[in-house]
Amino acid sequence: MVQRIRLRYTKRGRLRFTSHRDFQRAFERALRRAEVPMAYSAGFTPHPKVSYANAAPTGTGSEAEFLEIQLAEVRDPQELRKLLDESLPDGLDITDAVEAHTSSFADRLQASLWEMRLDGVEVADAERAVAAFLAAETVEVQRRTKNGLRTFDARAAVARLEALDGPADRPGVGACAILRLVVRHLTPAVRPDDVLSGLRATADLAPPVPAAVTRLAQGLLDEESGTVTDPLAPDRDASPAATTTTAAGPSAGAAQVPEGPA
Amino acid sequence: MSAESVFPQLEALLPHVQKPIQYVGGELNSTVKPWESCDVRWCLMYPDAYEVGLPNQGVMILYEVLNEREGVLAERTYSVWPDLEALMREHKVPQFTVDAHRPVKAFDVFGLSFSTELGYTNMLTALDLAGIPLESKDRTIDDPIVLAGGHAAFNPEPIADFIDCAVIGDGEQAVLEITDIVRAWKAEGRPGGREELLLRLSKTGGVYVPGFYDVEYLEDGRIARVVPNRSGVPWRVSKHTVMDLDEWPYPKQPLVPLAETVHERMSVEIFRGCTRGCRFCQAGMITRPVRERSITGIGEMVESGLKATGFEEVGLLSLSSADHTEIGDIAKGLADRYTEDKIGLSLPSTRVDAFNVDLANELTRNGRRSGLTFAPEGGSERMRKVINKMVSEEDLIRTVSTAYGNGWRQVKLYFMCGLPTETDEDVLQIGDMAVKVIAEGRKVSGQNDIRCTVSIGGFVPKPHTPFQWAPQLSAEETDARLEKLRDKIRGDKKYGRSIGFRYHDGKPGIVEGLLSRGDRRVGAVIREVYESGGRFDGWREHFSYDLWMKSAERTLPEQGVDVAWYTTRERTYEEVLPWDHLDSGLDKDWLWEDWQDALDETEVEDCRWTPCFDCGVCPQMDTSIQIGPTGKKLLPLSVK
Repeated sequence: MVQRIRLRYTKRGRLRFTSHRDFQRAFERALRRAEVPMAYSAGFTPHPKVSYANAAPTGTGSEAEFLEIQLAEVRDPQELRKLLDESLPDGLDITDAVEAHTSSFADRLQASLWEMRLDGVEVADAERAVAAFLAAETVEVQRRTKNGLRTFDARAAVARLEALDGPADRPGVGACAILRLVVRHLTPAVRPDDVLSGLRATADLAPPVPAAVTRLAQGLLDEESGTVTDPLAPDRDASPAATTTTAAGPSAGAAQVPEGPA
Repeated sequence: MSAESVFPQLEALLPHVQKPIQYVGGELNSTVKPWESCDVRWCLMYPDAYEVGLPNQGVMILYEVLNEREGVLAERTYSVWPDLEALMREHKVPQFTVDAHRPVKAFDVFGLSFSTELGYTNMLTALDLAGIPLESKDRTIDDPIVLAGGHAAFNPEPIADFIDCAVIGDGEQAVLEITDIVRAWKAEGRPGGREELLLRLSKTGGVYVPGFYDVEYLEDGRIARVVPNRSGVPWRVSKHTVMDLDEWPYPKQPLVPLAETVHERMSVEIFRGCTRGCRFCQAGMITRPVRERSITGIGEMVESGLKATGFEEVGLLSLSSADHTEIGDIAKGLADRYTEDKIGLSLPSTRVDAFNVDLANELTRNGRRSGLTFAPEGGSERMRKVINKMVSEEDLIRTVSTAYGNGWRQVKLYFMCGLPTETDEDVLQIGDMAVKVIAEGRKVSGQNDIRCTVSIGGFVPKPHTPFQWAPQLSAEETDARLEKLRDKIRGDKKYGRSIGFRYHDGKPGIVEGLLSRGDRRVGAVIREVYESGGRFDGWREHFSYDLWMKSAERTLPEQGVDVAWYTTRERTYEEVLPWDHLDSGLDKDWLWEDWQDALDETEVEDCRWTPCFDCGVCPQMDTSIQIGPTGKKLLPLSVK
């Protein structure tokens, strides 16, 4: 291994139904098509060295998934990003790449910013539910896991939660509320649908159709402002060629909340 | 019919179903053409779950051949699992294509590829979900032409009521000919409706339209004759044969799914057809003659296919891949080219032959040697003569000896149970063979941890084979025979624990037998099973033998027949078989002689290396054997 590169990728549109396993296979094939000089593990069946971090659940869209690859030859991160992006189907897009100059990347993924689109829900109802949820000390929710029904608190993990009006140009007619929330990555993990269960438990909020959920950002949590910052920024800052690469990079500087899902 | 995408309606259902990714399309190398830019539109279906259907080579080839044509589009659809089916019915979402999520009913042609008869109930589910009447006679000008292909289409009689037409043989050229006929008919303003279009297709002699033939029966239930009921309709319909495989290097851009599927590799068909003459093998009989792809053609397909897909494995497909005249150079050439890229090579379907062990060694020179598979098919020497599988016990022992000596730890042997003339003794000899294999393996490897797995399938007699007249063994007798073998293997103190034993019970084979050699009267059973909830009959967890038998009891006796009549009954020379009017090229008298040879335990050679034995295919179809060697080699790829 001579170089490590960290990549940010998306799961957009209909490809949000890609499971993490499906993505892994697709990504490793893309590595082959793009002829990326991967470092391989030793042994009878060598595998390309790829580390995935904290994948979003199947069916959830994402603008901010991350992984790290190890190369056997040095490559320019931006060229690699473009090449890999072209080798993946539309919707699985590689949106950022930096050479790793720091350690403990996974530790920097402290929280996620999520957006949930609730079709058929009035904003006023959503706002009331949010207020009730935030006012509660704890909000017990249940989720069915492999080990049976599990009960846990969904409140403590939520660093921020707000209700907004739906986009004016959205498809279809009728009410639509948007929830934006910042959730800390704790154990047990609290997912956006757990918060939705919490809103139902505290304020009887019951969307008539499944919520469309998208992860907008993932990274370090600024507790004061409740914002999530770009986890690739420290690598970019530590890069010897920081000044030039950053200027040319697709998400210059510490990324704030990107635009909504495609 | 509107061809608008149903994805918005479908999307709302996807969070509630298992593995939603299989329904969203967007596979690498898939094609979506603008609807209005095309005047002939095909919907292709492999009537099984996406994970089985997507890798199917037949559908993939036709999808690409059609989409390459200007003004023609092809999209794919697969069977939806019962969880989504229920939601689609509840929310009125029709059967859709995965490419652009268009409703199947909006297409001109709905082509289904049947590798096995067990997809018939899934066809009915798809038709019903699509809003297309189940029976051909109820369809209107607004419904697609429902076309069946694939190996099972060589006897389409059980589904004759449900399909509009069938094509037998290679599809590459056939789909283009059909396209031209559909295009002309549409351009003329669809004169004469469906009837006229089907008549034009029928008159080519290469498209079978069941509705244009009447079946007359004798009092005892046998068929008296099958007669065309329109003028200009041919008495017999011919199979299609593609003669130069190098001219058809498909798939060029294999589909790469996001969902996990049963085969994840770059497959190249290295030849089509087989003349080994195994008497049980329908594929070997109906795909004659042997037509090889050249070594250079194979090299090009592997190279461009790997670039287009990123697959890590190459499968060299055919009915007996080691029989390619230049297989040694192909295997070595590819292994040399792709060693550094960690590309695995696999060679399914190999014969019992020491040469194949050398080949396998070549293919795994950088990897682990886990298991090798051979198919002696018959347990006793006598049985192998009956089925014309010319492998002696000596061959087998020599082969496994080479394998174990080269570091292979496990050998898997495939057999069949229920072959014509078989006795308990023939099947029990499978156990003796496994013991000899283990003894030889322990001797040459000097180790005790080697294994031999015996895998047994039930024999189902198939149309267009010398065994088409044979009685099928009942499920009860099959099970009893296999139990005796299991007890014998388990009872062996010295070797029993080194022998793995895998088998299927005899019940699914009876249903397969009913559908394989059935006639039009069996259609009522299929419909009854479908309407009683039967789906996914190729899946153990969905298949219900009881449902099939109950449905048969409700529908067959009133037609004067029963399940045994179709399965365990032996046919005579004089009997008109339901598929006699479908011409696979094989001379029926030659098949009969070969059946008699089988009963006499007389073997027949392979016509690739010995003189023609007059099976009839080449003169009847105006084809010939096309094999190498070309003498060419695969050169190293200069540009990496």
